[in-house]
Amino acid sequence: MSDAAQPLTQDQIAALLDAIPYARFLGLRAELRGDELTLVLPYKDELIGNPMLPALHGGAVGAFMEFTAVATLSVKQRQLRLPKTIDVTVDYLRSGRPTDTFARASVSKLGRRIANVRVEAWQYERIEPIASLHGHFLVTPVDA
Amino acid sequence: MSNPNDPTLSAPLSPQIRVIADAMMQGAPHGRALGLTILSVERARARGLVPYRADLIGDPETGVIAGGVITAFLDNLCGVAVMAALEHPTSIATLDLRIDYMRAAIVGRDVLADAHCFRLTRSIAFVRAVAFECAPDDPIATATATFMLSSDGSRRAGANRAAPT
Repeated sequence: MSDAAQPLTQDQIAALLDAIPYARFLGLRAELRGDELTLVLPYKDELIGNPMLPALHGGAVGAFMEFTAVATLSVKQRQLRLPKTIDVTVDYLRSGRPTDTFARASVSKLGRRIANVRVEAWQYERIEPIASLHGHFLVTPVDA
Repeated sequence: MSNPNDPTLSAPLSPQIRVIADAMMQGAPHGRALGLTILSVERARARGLVPYRADLIGDPETGVIAGGVITAFLDNLCGVAVMAALEHPTSIATLDLRIDYMRAAIVGRDVLADAHCFRLTRSIAFVRAVAFECAPDDPIATATATFMLSSDGSRRAGANRAAPT
């Protein structure tokens, strides 16, 4: 890819997410500071899974963290292409409250074909995550 | 070998469960927004559907539905299977959900899934699920989930409206 050498900009990541209908449906926003990407899941009523408490839908939080993982891999690889998910394991730690949620991913290993990624999602305090994700993703080699 | 906790051996399903299952899928805003539907509920088992829709696409180049949609769908359906396994409905919360994606879902096709709560303990339910278009032996994705039972504890309705203290 000709753009492989250039770091991705926040606008490019935003455009990448904006091109994905489900990411638009969730209302995802991206904030890139240097090479650190934070994804934001702005609160809206459609994200509620338990109307009694109320609590965010676990699946919406899982999907949000999966997008965080693939978007972070795109930033690391400097590719305008999202990797494919092989598997994800989500730990639900606290119930998601009706407020904005944030997530950051760390890439444990970026191999030629497989990437191992961990994601944490939080709301009020970074040290009190509401959920974490560990997943494997199929990546395209940068030189391909 | 008989397991007294085996949900498949329990008493007949109460008619209430269908109402609860529908409420869990369509009664919650996110389930309604995704168009999640229950097709059938049996003791400890549920079959559901998520429609193919343009706004649920995850790959704009191919038009394949987003993995996250399948995640939300399977999470919800596993919860319904747990409800269908319980003698008395209680609040439940997902502890852990693992999803393996075998292949891309077929473009333009609704996705079905079967979930089975195969084991209940006093505090935990264990569930497996598989997503497919035609038959469970040609899966799009499989899920393994554990749920905590009576998860609300002493928390009352609206407890989440305030920030944690």
